[in-house]
Amino acid sequence: MAETTYLEAIRQALFEEMERDESVFLLGEDIGAYGGAFKVTDGLLDRFGERRVIDTPISEAGFVGAAAGAAHMGMRPVVEMQFIDFISCAYDILTNYVATSRYRAMLPCPIVVRGPSGGYVRGGPFHSQNPEAAFLHTPGLKIVYPATASDAKGLLKAAIRDDDPVLFFEHKYLYRRIKEDLPDGDHIVPIGKARVAREGKDLSIITYAATVWKALEAAEQLEKEDGLSVEIVDLRSLLPMDDAAIVETVKKTNRVMVVHEDTRTGGVAGEVAARINEQAFEWLDAPILRVTAADVPLPYSPPLEDYVLPQTADIVGVARKLAAY
Amino acid sequence: MRLTRSLEERLVNLYRQTKVVGGLFRSLGQEADAVGSAFALERRDVLSPLIRNLGSMLVKGAQPAEIIRQYMAKGDSPTRGRELNIHYGDLERGFIGQISHLGDMVPVMTGVTLSFKLRGESRVGLVYVGDGATSTGAFHEGINFAAVQRCPLVVIVENNGYAYSTPLSRQTAAAELKDKALAYGVPGVRADGNDVLAVYDVTREAVDRARRGEGVTLIELMTYRRKGHAEHDNQSYVPPGEIDRWERENDPIDRYLRVLTDELEFEEAEIAAVDARVKEEVDVATDAAEASPMPEPTDALVGIYADPPRMEPLWYRAGIRSAVDAHERAVGWGVFNG
Repeated sequence: MAETTYLEAIRQALFEEMERDESVFLLGEDIGAYGGAFKVTDGLLDRFGERRVIDTPISEAGFVGAAAGAAHMGMRPVVEMQFIDFISCAYDILTNYVATSRYRAMLPCPIVVRGPSGGYVRGGPFHSQNPEAAFLHTPGLKIVYPATASDAKGLLKAAIRDDDPVLFFEHKYLYRRIKEDLPDGDHIVPIGKARVAREGKDLSIITYAATVWKALEAAEQLEKEDGLSVEIVDLRSLLPMDDAAIVETVKKTNRVMVVHEDTRTGGVAGEVAARINEQAFEWLDAPILRVTAADVPLPYSPPLEDYVLPQTADIVGVARKLAAY
Repeated sequence: MRLTRSLEERLVNLYRQTKVVGGLFRSLGQEADAVGSAFALERRDVLSPLIRNLGSMLVKGAQPAEIIRQYMAKGDSPTRGRELNIHYGDLERGFIGQISHLGDMVPVMTGVTLSFKLRGESRVGLVYVGDGATSTGAFHEGINFAAVQRCPLVVIVENNGYAYSTPLSRQTAAAELKDKALAYGVPGVRADGNDVLAVYDVTREAVDRARRGEGVTLIELMTYRRKGHAEHDNQSYVPPGEIDRWERENDPIDRYLRVLTDELEFEEAEIAAVDARVKEEVDVATDAAEASPMPEPTDALVGIYADPPRMEPLWYRAGIRSAVDAHERAVGWGVFNG
């Protein structure tokens, strides 16, 4: 069986869910004839027609709001942000309208908002963002951010079937760089469950998205050069967060670092550290350390971007410090 | 219109007795545009009211007791005490609750009507906004997308002269709000919002047009807000005499009563019977709402997600029924003693 890329896995999920359920339809900029800025929706217009693959005006608040209204009436809209950076244009409607609709008005709002996220691609400040933490703070939303092709497919299918709004972050660096054999059949990955990406016993790296791969590289190097056995937990879902998986790895290795590509202050790592503090403090043998982007807008020039974003060498260095504590 | 006004007057009484725990919003003097327009819809159609469109909800079957329970924050209110005033909806009866962020309901109703179009249903959506909301990005994005998709949507701009204290002249440089329709390539019409029959006619035409698949219509209804933004607002910014003039010369209920008696030859007694029936209805609703329980504090943790349906209490609140009762509170917290 041919290996499938992360990008192709997302397209497969959209295709299969649209085949399965007539109420699933797509909204977004340039997703029809053009097939999307990254060609994620390529071919879907031909298969499903322009009633179900709708090119929108440039109006993120408008079409996210429209998705919410259609979802109230029993549809299952999947919205593409051309770049996830533009989700901030829909922040009001997502946080005030979509996230609250079940609670304040008993109105289900099963929409998915997905889009290419993340850096390492020389995209500059407005085509490289990781805005997941901006939404982590909003009860009523769910947030997933897969690192593998298999999880991308399984989580997107789960997100489309979920009865609540799901923000689905896709890492554009991974789109065509990783591939794997996907499981056969109706492959669903449940939202809210982390995955152990690598078993280990000396220290744990809790991470998600592209930095899972950086952490895996670091773990190989640490094993070879230092004889350290590193466990890697890929959160996959950020909201709800898998507390049980986090606590389990803390109890196993007693040394934890959290790695993410997003900026540091107010990032997901702080939330993970707070949860460990509340639920597993007595199992820690060392402080929880963070490897993140520096607190700056992501610059364009390669030496600047490489300096700001977390790199494998950063993870190796911090892991050595943690192991030696 | 009579029910709208009487119900709001009752809410004022309850507000003054501090039984309404939040703000109170009146539609005094603009009842005709909500009521006349909502009557132009069929039962299967869906509307989204704004804060001065209580009348449209009553036409759609909202019950006075529900409204009073909402205002009194009761546990058996339609939102179980989670939301305020007329911020609630019911898809069965065909109305969707608004949020406070003005303009946001326009794209939402674009989506509601997009679903009608995608499924080939012969249904129409109606969204109300005020003059102030026409300045928002959401208004523009929503109506623009609906126009492109030829959604069966009617947008009513209720021009009552003020957005909180801001007069229309500081809201827009446009001569008439209906002219905004031009930019979206949809028809824009203006009508006398205090003539309930004119409101019905102009809305009916737009609804029929939408149902025929001809897309969006923007209707500007001219009216006047005789009360403040909410009950606390003293309207110091209103030129002297303006409110009195509208009350004296252009009250929508007075105008309709004249039509009923002068043109349609209704007897005084028949009108008095309607008034008596409305009073009875509001009395019964008030008694029912007053007897309703307040919500259980832990109900606050229910219903954020379909799964899980209930959040776990924070550990320091576990087992405590009411955090408020268990708390040491300084006398006067949350109370204004001025």
